[in-house]
Amino acid sequence: MNRWMPFEWIAAIRFLKEGRLQTMFIVSGIAIGVAVIVFMSAMLAGLQANFIKRVLTSQPQIQLLAPDEVARPLRRGAKEVDASIIQRPTQRILSIDQWPKIRDQMLAMPEVTVVSPTVSGSALAVRGEASRAITITGMDPVVYFKIVRLPDYIVAGEARVTSDDIIVGTELAKDLGASVGDKLNVEAASSASRVLTITGIVDLGSKGANSRNTYVALRTAQSLLNLIGGVTTIDLTVQDIYAAETLAQEIQASIPVEADSWIKTNAQFFTAVHAQQTTNTLIRVFVGLSVAFGIAAVLAVSVIQRSKDIGILRAMGTSRGQILRVFLIQGGLLGLLGSVFGSAMGAAALVFWHNYARQVDGSELFPLILDRALFIASAVLATVTGVAAAITPALRAANLDPVVAIRG
Amino acid sequence: MAEEILALDKVCKAYNVGTLVETEVLHDIDLVMRRSEFLALMGPSGSGKSTLLNIIGLLDRPTSGHLYINGQDTSALGESELTRLRSHSIGFVFQYHYLISAFTALENVMMPMLVDQGFPTPAVEGRAANLMEQVGLTSVINNLALNMSGGQQQRVAVARALAMNPDLVLADEPTGNLDTKSADGVFELLRQVNQQNGTTFLIVTHNMDLARRCDRIIELVDGRIHAAGKA
Ligand SMILES: Nc1ncnc2c1ncn2[C@@H]1O[C@H](COP(=O)(O)OP(=O)(O)OP(=O)(O)O)[C@@H](O)[C@H]1O
Ligand SMILES: [Mg+2]
Repeated sequence: MNRWMPFEWIAAIRFLKEGRLQTMFIVSGIAIGVAVIVFMSAMLAGLQANFIKRVLTSQPQIQLLAPDEVARPLRRGAKEVDASIIQRPTQRILSIDQWPKIRDQMLAMPEVTVVSPTVSGSALAVRGEASRAITITGMDPVVYFKIVRLPDYIVAGEARVTSDDIIVGTELAKDLGASVGDKLNVEAASSASRVLTITGIVDLGSKGANSRNTYVALRTAQSLLNLIGGVTTIDLTVQDIYAAETLAQEIQASIPVEADSWIKTNAQFFTAVHAQQTTNTLIRVFVGLSVAFGIAAVLAVSVIQRSKDIGILRAMGTSRGQILRVFLIQGGLLGLLGSVFGSAMGAAALVFWHNYARQVDGSELFPLILDRALFIASAVLATVTGVAAAITPALRAANLDPVVAIRG
Repeated sequence: MAEEILALDKVCKAYNVGTLVETEVLHDIDLVMRRSEFLALMGPSGSGKSTLLNIIGLLDRPTSGHLYINGQDTSALGESELTRLRSHSIGFVFQYHYLISAFTALENVMMPMLVDQGFPTPAVEGRAANLMEQVGLTSVINNLALNMSGGQQQRVAVARALAMNPDLVLADEPTGNLDTKSADGVFELLRQVNQQNGTTFLIVTHNMDLARRCDRIIELVDGRIHAAGKA
């Protein structure tokens, strides 16, 4: 016996040890439940972290655009023309009104970290016989690269954009049979055209983006798109990415621009995460309940099996409180033990699945996040569940009539 | 004259009180035990011996009447006070030894002290080892409770009953489940403890030979003390 261990703990541990098979079964049951929760939670957290990291290094967190042009109904005198069809006007590429002023306002906001005015529009990339529709983004690399980490995505060449340079996606380069150093003829709808040299090829992580997106210097895009001195969007990054939507709404309310946050643009993702979290919570609750009932059942049987022991302990002066604690501790220990094994199992499954399940290109499906807080939380929760589940059987043990227990 | 360790005053015990099958099994029991007495309680099966022992041992309460231990009236005591008094003043030995199987022989002997003090201190372990020696069981000290013969288990139970150095040891047919030789040995052990330590014993037995070797015999018949006196 451990000298520093109080009677209740000694008895609880001995009783669990003696009921080896029961203890083993219930601990395995709890462990499996905990393992499922740990595995699911960690994988979900990993996928989420992966996505957010991706978004944060390849998209602005808030984008300011010129407000939509609105169609006004035809009027004759004070009355609307009967049966007139109000058609949304085709959206021309418009510059944001007074954008340098807005840029300065943005720079003055403490919540905003990077401000990058950009120009984007459609064009045609032609090389020899081949031509492809592209989106050109004109920007100032010094600030823009802080928002979209193009240099990180370079697979060939370098992320350099002087006035005659262009960075293209891997798909486009393949479609046009072009590589670094080759020249492209870029023709805009305004029938302006420029010959640009490919300085870098990037992999943006999606086939669509890789076949459409191209990046040029701000002035180059302005002249191609016939928007000299103008910008179509102002891209922002902010301090607190989760406050982006509120901030976007504030901006939109005070400045005549349309402000879209990454949260709004990726609403689908958040809906999915939310649904997943709800499912996750439900699973946790039900696993918790079945763990609780399992522990309660095992302890209830144990109280009956041990009624003679309890009777004799009471006869030798053990108080009801002490008996109560012996069984509460057993419940807590079962929960704790189960969660320790369960966490180990869950972590092992994560490591295995992380190595086994790969994306098509061989990169990891989700980052391996073994968050200590998750393990601590599941241990604490399982222990508390165990103690709570033990309450009824422990009360029963404490209230056992020693006379009956000994005679029986 | 030796002091009174135990006194019963008109103790009655009824079961199923207030129901149709209410039965009184003990009627107006008066009994006094003096310190160091070694008393045999006899009587036919169902006469109420175990019921009486449980009441004296504070495991059960009388329906009416008073029970004094060391002059203290126990009827006014609450649950936790009774538990405490039981822990410090009374030791039990039961027919079926009832050691706790999850513990070794030595640990079983330590148990009453452990329960009382909360921790298995070296003093507790030392006293338990001494008791094991006193009952002649040094060799099986670390055996699990069930890995011993019936006689050995009952000796451990005796050592355990003595652990808190109680004033009174209550033994309910301590030898009833043993062969003659072991029974004799255990009885001798009790007698020896009684003589050496001056511990008071109340022993329920069906064995007339053993009863004759006690200081006094009380006979219980149908819940009444039938005859009392020196054997
Ligand atoms: N919990 C109870 N409810 C109802 N009747 C009981 C209860 N406990 C004991 N009795 C009855 O009380 C009477 C005395 O029982 P007790 O066990 O005290 O007898 P005993 O003298 O110890 O018998 P034995 O020699 O067989 O051990 C018996 O008739 C028994 O049936
Ligand atoms: Mg009996």
